[in-house]
Amino acid sequence: MAARGARLCPLLLLLAALAGLGAEAKNSEDVRCKCICPPYKDHSGHIYNKNVSQKDCDCLHVVEPMPVPGPDVEAYCLRCECKYEERSSVTIKVTIIIYLSILGLLLLYMVYLTLVEPILKRRLLGHSQLIQSDEDIGDHQPFANAHDVLARSRSRANVLNKVEYAQQRWKLQVQEQRKSVFDRHVVLS
Amino acid sequence: MEALAMDQKGYRRGSFQSATSDEDMLEIAGASMDFSMADDDPPLDREMGGFSSYNGGGMNGTSTMMDFLEEPLPGVGTYEDFNTIDWVREKSRDRDRHREITSRSKESTWALLHSVSDAFSGWLLMLLIGLLAGEGKPPDLKEGVCLAGFWFNHEHCCWKSNTTFTDRDKCPEWKSWSQLILGHGEGAFAYILNYLMYVIWALMFSLLAVLLVKGFAPYACGSGIPEIKTILSGFIIRGYLGKWTLVIKTITLVLAVSSGLSLGKEGPLVHVACCCGNILCHLFTKYRKNEAKRREVLSAAAAAGVSVAFGAPIGGVLFSLEEVSYYFPLKTLWRSFFAALVAAFTLRSINPFGNSRLVLFYVEFHMPWHLLELVPFILLGIFGGLWGAFFIRSNIAWCRRRKTTRLGKYPVLEVLVVTAITAILAFPNEYTRMSTSELISELFNDCGILDSSKLCEYVNDFNSTKGDDLPDRAAGPGVYTAMWQLALALIMKVFITIFTFGMKVPSGLFIPSMAVGAIAGRLLGVAVEQLAFYHHDWPIFSGWCSQGADCITPGLYAMVGAAACLGGVTRMTVSLVVIMFELTGGLEYIVPLMAAAMTSKWVADAIGREGIYDAHIRLNGYPFLEAKEEFSHKTRAMDVMRPRKNDPPLTVITQDSMSVEDVETIVSSTTYSGYPVVVSRTDLIISIENARKKQDGIVSTSVICFTDYCPPLPPSSPSVLKLRSILDLSPFTVTDETPMEIVVDIFRKLGLRQCLVTHNGKLLGIITKKDVLKHIAQMANQDPDSILFN
Repeated sequence: MAARGARLCPLLLLLAALAGLGAEAKNSEDVRCKCICPPYKDHSGHIYNKNVSQKDCDCLHVVEPMPVPGPDVEAYCLRCECKYEERSSVTIKVTIIIYLSILGLLLLYMVYLTLVEPILKRRLLGHSQLIQSDEDIGDHQPFANAHDVLARSRSRANVLNKVEYAQQRWKLQVQEQRKSVFDRHVVLS
Repeated sequence: MEALAMDQKGYRRGSFQSATSDEDMLEIAGASMDFSMADDDPPLDREMGGFSSYNGGGMNGTSTMMDFLEEPLPGVGTYEDFNTIDWVREKSRDRDRHREITSRSKESTWALLHSVSDAFSGWLLMLLIGLLAGEGKPPDLKEGVCLAGFWFNHEHCCWKSNTTFTDRDKCPEWKSWSQLILGHGEGAFAYILNYLMYVIWALMFSLLAVLLVKGFAPYACGSGIPEIKTILSGFIIRGYLGKWTLVIKTITLVLAVSSGLSLGKEGPLVHVACCCGNILCHLFTKYRKNEAKRREVLSAAAAAGVSVAFGAPIGGVLFSLEEVSYYFPLKTLWRSFFAALVAAFTLRSINPFGNSRLVLFYVEFHMPWHLLELVPFILLGIFGGLWGAFFIRSNIAWCRRRKTTRLGKYPVLEVLVVTAITAILAFPNEYTRMSTSELISELFNDCGILDSSKLCEYVNDFNSTKGDDLPDRAAGPGVYTAMWQLALALIMKVFITIFTFGMKVPSGLFIPSMAVGAIAGRLLGVAVEQLAFYHHDWPIFSGWCSQGADCITPGLYAMVGAAACLGGVTRMTVSLVVIMFELTGGLEYIVPLMAAAMTSKWVADAIGREGIYDAHIRLNGYPFLEAKEEFSHKTRAMDVMRPRKNDPPLTVITQDSMSVEDVETIVSSTTYSGYPVVVSRTDLIISIENARKKQDGIVSTSVICFTDYCPPLPPSSPSVLKLRSILDLSPFTVTDETPMEIVVDIFRKLGLRQCLVTHNGKLLGIITKKDVLKHIAQMANQDPDSILFN
């Protein structure tokens, strides 16, 4: 139960953030009324933007200064098309920034895994251990792995060991996936 | 007996945390990666009367409460990677669990709440899946930068400026690269600089994408829909719907689309939604433990994915029903509906398209169409069918070459080369330079008085304008330029998509095929429009299209063309039409869309039987039993069962006379995945290991007993190992004279993994799903050895 609650926690935080974004008071810069007026007689076409509320979104309020004299205004305005639009620039900004930060983190992690970690490992643990950890753990004895599973709950008291162990397991998994997809071409043409 | 039960319970508590995630299953399974030899043929010889229940499945009423509640050992009842699940077992487990919770709910309020929450967990899960949907518009860095904020794309950058009518695309805040670097945007040097920056950015994005995919989550490449179809039919691919795949697929999808490649994002979004669904399943016990229930959730998640991708909730539900799901009971239909609803609601509140509209390609015209226009629509349907069949053939040939030759050894290089070719060919033509979604929007759009694009440069007669309802006019020079540019774009897109789909970056198929169809449709529409204008006195036109009226809408032809091409490739019918009219909002145009979709499906089916996703499933050899095809050969069960005449006799496990050592020898020396008295290999391994550790007195010569009451042994012999709990009570049997049509139907409808064959009550052999698939392949004159998995 507690574990389930802990798993739900970041999810709820994310949901709250999203809801907050959606319900945020609209930036006054983010609404506009866009009027497109085609060429009329000898006036060229023009596009007018102005931030007015939705009830004021029509030709008379938005088109300033009016290019045509008084009696022609109605004919000119009949051809103009006015649309009310709104957007949320905050959402766009936040989404892009979150995306770029996740991308940056992933790239850094990739650089670390490919370049930095082997150097660190080689320096700390010595050459032989490096070879052993890279070995393919493809144990084909059916009973040996069951033994592993049943024995796993006892060890790993140390947190750092746990992280290391989880990372090793993840790397093994990615390696297996890479073999299936890229080398043997068994899954995913 | 008591000691055994308590031991097992204590065991369960200790290792539950570890045995629940997908990653752990990899280790339990052991030698699961060597599937080339994993033949699924357990042989049988003698009559085996005794059948028993699978773990904890309590078939007989005499089992005690403790037996019933007892969760099996970790790992028992799970599946190895790349194996098929046993639907019957999963369904019966779920029914037992439900019955168990209901009977306990009468005991206390806590138990009652538990049962209520269990029932609602399905709906809650749908809610959460829907809420996790979302999408944004990335900035288009290939062409320039927005000075007001780099996160804006071109359209949003020029949000506030007042511009002239003809120059509406230029505004002071948006600077193209040549303007930034050189200070001006004109001239040959500026053009070359823009070209170079375009290609460099495209290459950089795609390089990042493929490196991320290769480095972190190799399962994130491709479309994902063929694999999801197979997973939903009962196959297990561990890690395919995991956390890393989710993150990497989302990130690299945006990169791949930004790099200008000819791909879409709808297929990958379905994969992403299913990943979300799978990850959320781990929060609820009901779905975490049971593979069959989990697939119901995944069907609903696929519907939510399409709903988010297109803004088409009903189309999403129908897509999940028609294309993706295998078993789709009514309960899943309601739940998918709910999930799609929540997803659409979330999408609307986030408002990615910036105009509080859900639809991707909103069309604003509502002109009527005339019955005679059905002729060009059917022509478009035929074109769509032909293109679909051509695309499937060539794409499968190219993918097969990638799988078998040296081309497949250089995935990163392949992606870079294809991106370079795409970028170099795309820049000169303005219709390929813009993103494919924008192209489709422009093609669907009808030309009104306010449009200034090249496609709308007709010869206008300003004196006779009646508001926005423009009559058919002669084409101006702009239209002719646009026509041949579009024709070139069509040829380029037709060929480059063949090489793009299936590369090692996330790639979807919907948008490119819609683009091909939209271009073809618009070309035909403008041609018909000009024909009607110049020859309005011909008998076919004079009846309904008088001069000065607006009869032909080229935008409608583009819509119909897009639907035809998409239908020709994927062979969707109902879901396609619903998605199309949800995408465009054009409810008047259902009949032309249906006509084009049906025609393209008939034409494409006449050339090749399978849609693109089924063709990829067959290419990869997944064990997918096609639910839409009829099996029409006159073979019988005994022609397909194993062992055949010349095979060695079957390996068998007797119900109460084999010792632990014998069983271990059998398990190590064979690779069959099940043995009669039908017990699964993994269960057997784990149970014996556990018994050796936990129970006293189990040695290699102990007898294993599978029945309820073991025969009494002399007191000097070691104690007996009872393994009744891991047996299967009710394997299905057919007689040897049963026609294979019925056997195939049984496998399909019940989701069996194996089926025993008897003769006069005596057990003769076994048929597994792999045998059935091989047999079907043989009957269709395809290579039966292409079925790799079981």
